[in-house]
Amino acid sequence: MTTKLMGQPVQRVEDQRFLRGQGRYTDDVLTTPGDDAVLHAAVLRSPHAHARIVDIDVSEVLDVEGVHAVWTYEDLEGLSPAMAAPLPLLIPHPALSHGRTQYALAKDEVNYVGEAVALVVADDRYVAEDAVGLIRVDYDILPAVVGVEAAREARHLVHDDVPGNRGARLVQEVGDAPAAVAAAPHRLELDLTIERSACMPLEGRGTVARWDPDTDRLQLWTSTQSSTGVRAAVAVKLGLALGQVDVITPDVGGGFGVKIVHPWPEELLVPLAARALGRPVKFTEDRREHFISSAHERGQVQHVEVGFDDEGRVLGLDVEFWHDHGAYTPYGLIVPIITSTQLLGPYKPGAYRVAFESLYTNTVIVTPYRGAGRPQGCFAMERTMDAIADYLGKDRTEVRAANFIQPDEFPYDHQMVFQDGRPLVYDSGDYPAMLEKLKALVGWDEFPAFQAEMAAEGRQVGIGLGCYVEGTGVGPYEGAHVHVETSGKVKVAIGLTTQGQGHQTVFAQLVADELGVKFEDVEVVAGDTRRMPYAVGTFASRAAVMSGSAVHLAAKRAKEKVLRIAADALEADEADLQIVDGVVSVKGAPPDAVGASIDLGTVSVLSNPLRYAFDEASKAATQFSVGDPGKPPVAEDDEPGLEGKDFYSPDRATFASGMHAVIVETDPQTAEITILKYAVVHDCGTVINPMIVEGQIHGGVAQGIGGSLYERMAYDSSGQLLNASFMDFLMPYVTEVPDGIAIDHLETPSPLNPLGIKGAGEAGVIPTAAAFAGAIEDAERRTRTEASITAMPISPSELYALRQTPRQEQS
Amino acid sequence: MAEELHQIRLTVNGTAHDLRVPARRLLSDALRHDLALTGTHVGCEHGVCGACTVLLDGEPVRACLVFAVSVQGQEVTTVEGLTRPDGALGPVQQAFAECHGLQCGFCTPGFLTTITAGIRDNPEPTHEEAREMIAGNLCRCTGYQNIVKAVERAAVLAREGGPSEGGFETGLRPSSTTGDASVVEEVAQQPSRNHGDDVVDREDDAATTGLGA
Repeated sequence: MTTKLMGQPVQRVEDQRFLRGQGRYTDDVLTTPGDDAVLHAAVLRSPHAHARIVDIDVSEVLDVEGVHAVWTYEDLEGLSPAMAAPLPLLIPHPALSHGRTQYALAKDEVNYVGEAVALVVADDRYVAEDAVGLIRVDYDILPAVVGVEAAREARHLVHDDVPGNRGARLVQEVGDAPAAVAAAPHRLELDLTIERSACMPLEGRGTVARWDPDTDRLQLWTSTQSSTGVRAAVAVKLGLALGQVDVITPDVGGGFGVKIVHPWPEELLVPLAARALGRPVKFTEDRREHFISSAHERGQVQHVEVGFDDEGRVLGLDVEFWHDHGAYTPYGLIVPIITSTQLLGPYKPGAYRVAFESLYTNTVIVTPYRGAGRPQGCFAMERTMDAIADYLGKDRTEVRAANFIQPDEFPYDHQMVFQDGRPLVYDSGDYPAMLEKLKALVGWDEFPAFQAEMAAEGRQVGIGLGCYVEGTGVGPYEGAHVHVETSGKVKVAIGLTTQGQGHQTVFAQLVADELGVKFEDVEVVAGDTRRMPYAVGTFASRAAVMSGSAVHLAAKRAKEKVLRIAADALEADEADLQIVDGVVSVKGAPPDAVGASIDLGTVSVLSNPLRYAFDEASKAATQFSVGDPGKPPVAEDDEPGLEGKDFYSPDRATFASGMHAVIVETDPQTAEITILKYAVVHDCGTVINPMIVEGQIHGGVAQGIGGSLYERMAYDSSGQLLNASFMDFLMPYVTEVPDGIAIDHLETPSPLNPLGIKGAGEAGVIPTAAAFAGAIEDAERRTRTEASITAMPISPSELYALRQTPRQEQS
Repeated sequence: MAEELHQIRLTVNGTAHDLRVPARRLLSDALRHDLALTGTHVGCEHGVCGACTVLLDGEPVRACLVFAVSVQGQEVTTVEGLTRPDGALGPVQQAFAECHGLQCGFCTPGFLTTITAGIRDNPEPTHEEAREMIAGNLCRCTGYQNIVKAVERAAVLAREGGPSEGGFETGLRPSSTTGDASVVEEVAQQPSRNHGDDVVDREDDAATTGLGA
C-alpha cells in the first residue's frame, strides 16, 4: 500500500539541483560557453530624490566600443507606442484618488534616488556600466519630501498635482468607535512608529529576453512572483499578441514580496532591446540597485485610541495611521488595507474605526514585503493589549484571552472589506487553545520566578508575546494541469511561481496521494506560461492553498479518467479498482492474476487513439487494435490524452493564525538585547509537509528579528539612502538569531478548500516586533529606568537613550 | 579603445582553462560567464553575503572580491566540484538535503564551500563552532536553524564516509593531475584529527539554550 504523503516531512526534490550548483536562476540563462550573443544592459539611475530633467546628453556613449544601444524616454515611443505611457497601476482602488506610477525611463522628472533614467546595452556589463558613466544629465534639483512627517506637512509636494502628498484616504467603521471609546470606563492613547525595511532576497531582480524572428515570438525569463502578470504587461507594452510572449520563471533566489511588482522598467526595456537589436539581452540587478530601485516596505506612523472595561475587554478601538508609500503607487493600497483589517488579529473589539492616509515621499516605492502590512497592524494591536494589561495590572495573556473570538463563533464576520475586495470573515481557528499551547511552550507561568531569580543576580529579563491572524490564499484563482505520460510518469504544471518554498515537493506529494503514483514519478513545473497560461501569482501565503487545492482537483480529474479507461480495459467496475504505485488493479485480486491489473503508462496509451504507432506500447492504441467500430474513437464528451486540469477559486481567503513569545535579556549597562528563547505556536490548517512549514517559520522569525532589532532604511533629509549595502543594512547572520526556535502546531483545517489548507509563508514575521517590544519593556519594567517601547526596530543605543528619558516624556 | 586582455590559466575543480580576460574581470564573473560554472552565485558584489564563496587552494574566498587574473596557477573549487566523482552528493551537500538546510538555494553554494573547508579544518565541531563556522554567510530564507544542523550532520557524514570512499575530500581533490598536489595531501590527513574532549553532545547543548522550559 502506498504510504500517504500528506503530512510527511518528505525531503525536497529541488534540492538535488540546487546542491550541485545546477539551479537555473535568471542570470544563469544563456551562459553556455560559446554563446557570446547575449548582450548586457545597465541602467542609469537618478542620483537625486527629486529633480527636473533639463537635458540628457548621450553623445559620448555612442563612441564607446561594444555599446549597442542607449535609450532615454525620448526613444521609447518610437520603439513601441505604449511605452510612452506610465507603467500600469496594478491594483486600482476607489480610495486611491491620486494614484501615480513611473515611466519605464523617467520623463521630465525623477522622484527618488534610483529611478531609471537611461538604458545602455553593451557587449558585457562592465562596458555597459562604463557607458552609463558617460551619460550627462542636467538636473534642476527640487526639495525632497522624506518621511511621514514631511509628507503630512506638505511644505513641498512630491507630485505637483497631488495636494497634501495624499494618494489616498480610506476609512472603515464597524459600530461607533469614537463614542465607544468615550463611554468606556478606561481609555488609553498610543503613538507608534515602524521603520522601513525591505525583502532583500539574496538574488536581486533579473530579466533575460530573446526575440525569435523565425517564429515571431518573444521568450522572456524573469525573476518574478507572477509570470502571467509579466506576460500580459509585456504583450501590451510591446504591442504583441499574448500568444507571442512566453514568460518562463526559472529558479528564483528569494522573493518575499518584492518580485510580485511588475512590470519593472527592465522587464519591458530588456525585451524591447532584444527585439530592436535582434540579439538576446540580459539585465541583472546589482545589490546597490536593489536597495535604491526595488521596493521597500513597513514604514508607518500610528495613533491608537482604545476604550476598555475592568476586564480589559476592548469596547472601542479607534486607529488612525499614516502610510509612507514612496514615490509611486503601482501596487495600490494593498499594504495599508491589510494593516487596517488584519490589525484586528484574533480579537473582537466592540466597535472599530480605522482610517489611513497613504502618502507620497521622494523615496523608493513601498509594496508588500513578507507580512505585507500585518507586522505593522499586529504591532499596533499587541502594543495596545500590553498597554491595557499594564494599566489594569493584569497578566498580558489574560487581557488577550478576554478579547479572543471564541472557537464556537466561526465563521466570524468582522463586517469589513479585506484586501481582495471580499468580506473579512474568519473561517476557523481556536485562539484560546493556541494561547494555552504558547504559555506551555515558552513557560509563561513559570517566568516570574525565573525573572526574580535573574533579578537577584542583577540581570534583567523580560517576556513578551504577539498574536496574529493572517488572511491567506486570496483569489481570484489558481490552476493545475496533470498529465500522465505513456511512460507512466506524471507531469504537473502550476501557474504561479516558486522561490524556495518547495512547491515541486509538496505538490508532488499531493499528486502522489491522489493519483496513487510513486512520489519520484511526479515532476512539477511552476511559473512557465507555456505550460499554464492562466495563473495569478505567488503572494499572500497563497501557493499551498490555491495551487495545492488546484493540484488536488486536477489529480482527481486525471484519476477519474484513469479509472474509467482501466475499468473498460480490465472489464471491471470502477468501484472495484485501486491505484497503487502507478498500477491499477482489481481490489482483492492476486497480484499476479492475468488481466487483473494495468499500469498507468498503458492507460495513458489507451487514452489516446492512434493512427500511427511509434513504439511497442503505442501499437496497442492504433486503430486496428482498440475501440468499438460502432463508436467514435474519442467520445463526444471526452478528449484524447490522460490529463486532468482544474482550477480552484474560493469565495474568500482562509485565515491562518499564530502566537509568538520571546524571552530577552537587556544589559543594565550597555542596553544590549539578547534573545534567550523564542517560541512559536502556529496554525496553518492541514500541514502538507511539516519540515517545510517549520523552515518557513524559521525564516520568517529571522526576518522578524531583523525588523525588530536591526533593519532600517536610513534616508537622510535629501532622500539619499545612506545604508544601501549589506555592510550597512544589518540583515541577521546566524549570530543574530536564537539558537533554536521552539515550535508547536495547532491544526484547525479550513472549511473553504478540499484539503483544509491555510497559508504559512508569511506567518513567522508578523508578530515578531510586537513580541520583542513587549519583552524588552518587561525586562526594563523591573528596573527604575522604565522604557515605553513605541518604535521598532530598537537598537541598544536607542534603548539606552530611552532609559535616560522619563516615561511621561516618552511618546 | 579596446580593453587589454590577459592570458590566464584557471584551474577549476581540477580542470585547467585558458582564458583571455580584462584585468578588472572578477573571478565570480569569469567562473559564471566565461566558464559557465553558474553554481557560484553573486549576492552583493561587496564581499558581505558570502554567496560567491569558492575555495582557493582549499581556503574560502569571496569570488566577487578577487580578480580572475590574480588566481593564475591556483586551484579553485566551486560548488560544482563538491559532488562525489560518481555523481552522488558530497557529505556537506547530503547533510543540507537531509536537514532542509536550504530554501531558494541562492546562498547555498557559498555555505557548502565554506562548510567543506570548515569541517576539513575542524572535523568534529562543537555546536558553538558549527554556528561560528557559518557566521560570515547571509541566508534570507532559512533563519539558519537547519543550516547549523546541516553543519553538524555534514561533520558526521564526512567522518563516516572517510577518505577511502572519496567522501570527505570530495571537492578539494583535483580530478586530474593538473592541480596542486599539496591540497590533496593536506586534506587526506584531516580525518585523523580528533577534537576529543571538545565534542559536546548536540542534544544537551541545544537543551541549555534559553530556559529549557
